[in-house]
Amino acid sequence: MSDTVLYGIEAALNGLMTGVMYSLVALGFVLIFKASGVFNYAQGVMALFSALTLVGIQEGQVPFAHLINAIFGTNVQNFGWEVPALLAIILTIGVMILFAWLVERFLLKHLINQEPVILFMATIGLAYFMEGFGDLMWGSDIKTIDMSMPMLGLPEGLPQGGSFMIEDATASWGGDGFYGFFIDRLDITAAIIAIILVITLTVFSQYSKTGRALRAVADDHQAALSVGISLRTIWVIVWSLAGVVALVAGVMWGAKSGVQFSLSLITLKALPVLMLGGFTSIPGAIIGGVIIGVGEKVFEYIVSASWFGDAMGFTMNATENWFAYVLALIFLVFRPQGLFGDKIIERV
Amino acid sequence: MKLTKLAAYAVAGAMLASPVMAELVFPSLSYRTGPYAANGTPVADGFADYFTLLNERDGGIGGEMTRVIECETGYSTEKGVECYESTKGEGALVYMPLSTGITYQLIPKVTADDIPLLTTGYGRTSAANGDIFSHIFNFPANYWNGASAAINYILSQEGGDISGKTVALVYHNSAYGKEPIRTLEALAENHGFNLTLLPVDHPGQEQKSQWLQIRRERPDYVIMYGWGVMNQVAIQEAANIRFPMDHFIGIWWSGSENDVAAAGMAADGYLALTFHNVGTDFPVFDDIQQYVVDAGLAAGDGSNVGTVLYNRGMYGAMLAAEAVKVAQAMHGVADITPAMMRDGLENLVINDENMAAIGFEGFGPNFEVSCANHGGPGLVAVQQWNAGDQKWELVSDFAETDMSVIQPLIDEDSAAYAAENGIEPGRCN
Repeated sequence: MSDTVLYGIEAALNGLMTGVMYSLVALGFVLIFKASGVFNYAQGVMALFSALTLVGIQEGQVPFAHLINAIFGTNVQNFGWEVPALLAIILTIGVMILFAWLVERFLLKHLINQEPVILFMATIGLAYFMEGFGDLMWGSDIKTIDMSMPMLGLPEGLPQGGSFMIEDATASWGGDGFYGFFIDRLDITAAIIAIILVITLTVFSQYSKTGRALRAVADDHQAALSVGISLRTIWVIVWSLAGVVALVAGVMWGAKSGVQFSLSLITLKALPVLMLGGFTSIPGAIIGGVIIGVGEKVFEYIVSASWFGDAMGFTMNATENWFAYVLALIFLVFRPQGLFGDKIIERV
Repeated sequence: MKLTKLAAYAVAGAMLASPVMAELVFPSLSYRTGPYAANGTPVADGFADYFTLLNERDGGIGGEMTRVIECETGYSTEKGVECYESTKGEGALVYMPLSTGITYQLIPKVTADDIPLLTTGYGRTSAANGDIFSHIFNFPANYWNGASAAINYILSQEGGDISGKTVALVYHNSAYGKEPIRTLEALAENHGFNLTLLPVDHPGQEQKSQWLQIRRERPDYVIMYGWGVMNQVAIQEAANIRFPMDHFIGIWWSGSENDVAAAGMAADGYLALTFHNVGTDFPVFDDIQQYVVDAGLAAGDGSNVGTVLYNRGMYGAMLAAEAVKVAQAMHGVADITPAMMRDGLENLVINDENMAAIGFEGFGPNFEVSCANHGGPGLVAVQQWNAGDQKWELVSDFAETDMSVIQPLIDEDSAAYAAENGIEPGRCN
């Protein structure tokens, strides 16, 4: 095979992995939309907040230290202990469950039976509140994630960098200008975690009693209420699950760039995935992510190549941001509910 | 009756609460929130702490106390302009907006309002032409000096010949990131190297395509003009493809502790340009510790002192303070006006003698500002990250850049600005 084709395959493989990373963010949206019809604008900020909380707990950081010091004239910064990664993850999940309960108690409860756009606006407000609250609680400096878990075979934390094994195994496939396939080990880890997450969520949703209740609420709020399903409890569960998914997304993206405010902007990457995969399908989030990821990487590879320039008289770069939306829009024209979304039936 | 009494109390209270007092006012258009807060906070801290030091140690500048008015912009251009409008009436002497976007919006405003604008290492590069940009100053170095300094460093590493080599520019796909392209194209023509342009869209969280291209094409060097999360991701991706860090050079906005933290040890050897020194090994930091941090007057918790961005904020404040001294000497008054401050900036001289006097000896390059040259000589140094010791180290002197390439570009761009805005050149003749 020619080097050009091999590098095209490499771009597609990397797109596949990147797509899974997008899916991790999209999953949280799907969970909440499925159960409550709410498009949760705050999902990206939840990823940021959960990752900030995880690092804060791990490093023994005193929450609201700046505020405490400013008010009381003290100089407290750290508790002086370090929490192992696994315990910190469990504690962070606890915080996200508490967060879900607070959201239900102080926000959603008061908006039952409101138009979806009202709930959407409320999540915009929640996103802004969470941004400021996260800053106040943990500070705005960039934090590094240390996921070393010797018990789980990760003594040095999440693996980073290209896989030597894959590179060496594939280097001989092409000519002198081919250096083997580059696949980031962090992306491979993210893909494995995403697959486990999707299987777990699907099994939970299909076979557990709570999962069936979730689906009942998703299908019809009134009918679910009439058979004794507590809408409020379901919402707490769904927001907690979305919080856990946000934590996974926050850790994976945070491992690349450090935990910082920009994590909240990964929402922008999830939107075309949702438009394509559908707002109500868990597997759709993964498939949508993969299509977007592969599509944008292969498109960028083609239009930035010198052979494309020779043939067309121009090349393009930095196409990924807009290409994902164009791809999603094309799908919308032919299938407005997305690939796996529930078909929209309007009866007159 | 009741209302009249209330009004009288209010007026009396206001008079008592704010006695008329001359102050030297320095607005700080900061961003402690938003996507760039991690960078904006240490700069704002350094800026504020230096003026606190002057007040506490010296009783202000020339007997006049200083006052910093902080206004949060969140790195938003709209908010930056609002901050300008809301603070200029307070007697603001000089604006330092720490944002190229805000700078572009403020250029016509400050010129009309007769208030100087100091953009150290950012903003509109051609504003170095003081003949056209009467109120804008961008010393000691600009983006084009940065591009030339990077190429000079590469030349020094390659024995002075880089013909046939390939240099890739990874840049923020914005007006800021595109700034060095023309300079690098001109330098590529002069030195015979190939230039590859790789834009990264905001915010820069996903750069896989760009780094796969670098891995395929194997450029000899990579120069980066990034900001915020783009820097951290780029350095991590470079480490992932095992690109040699000592062949990867960032502009000064891609060279702070924040940028290398996420990559950990993999960032060891990464290079960045700078127009000021690093660390705390200067007498002024002893005073910062004694009069500001230990006294509980620091803008932050003191943990940023000595970091690259804190030092940059402090350096900017120091340049403004030195310009105040020049203005006070020129006009014979301590309570100077913004117009006098402009004169001070235009006649500023930074040399070993006055730097040593304020504890900054060796902290930055020596330079002189003039009516025609608001950009200084464009001296730039190279710093390298030592991941083991977790610190930046200067690996070159503050060296000259290729003004034979840069000056024509400045002249051309500023002439275009003058034509667009009906500015008649010749102010400095």
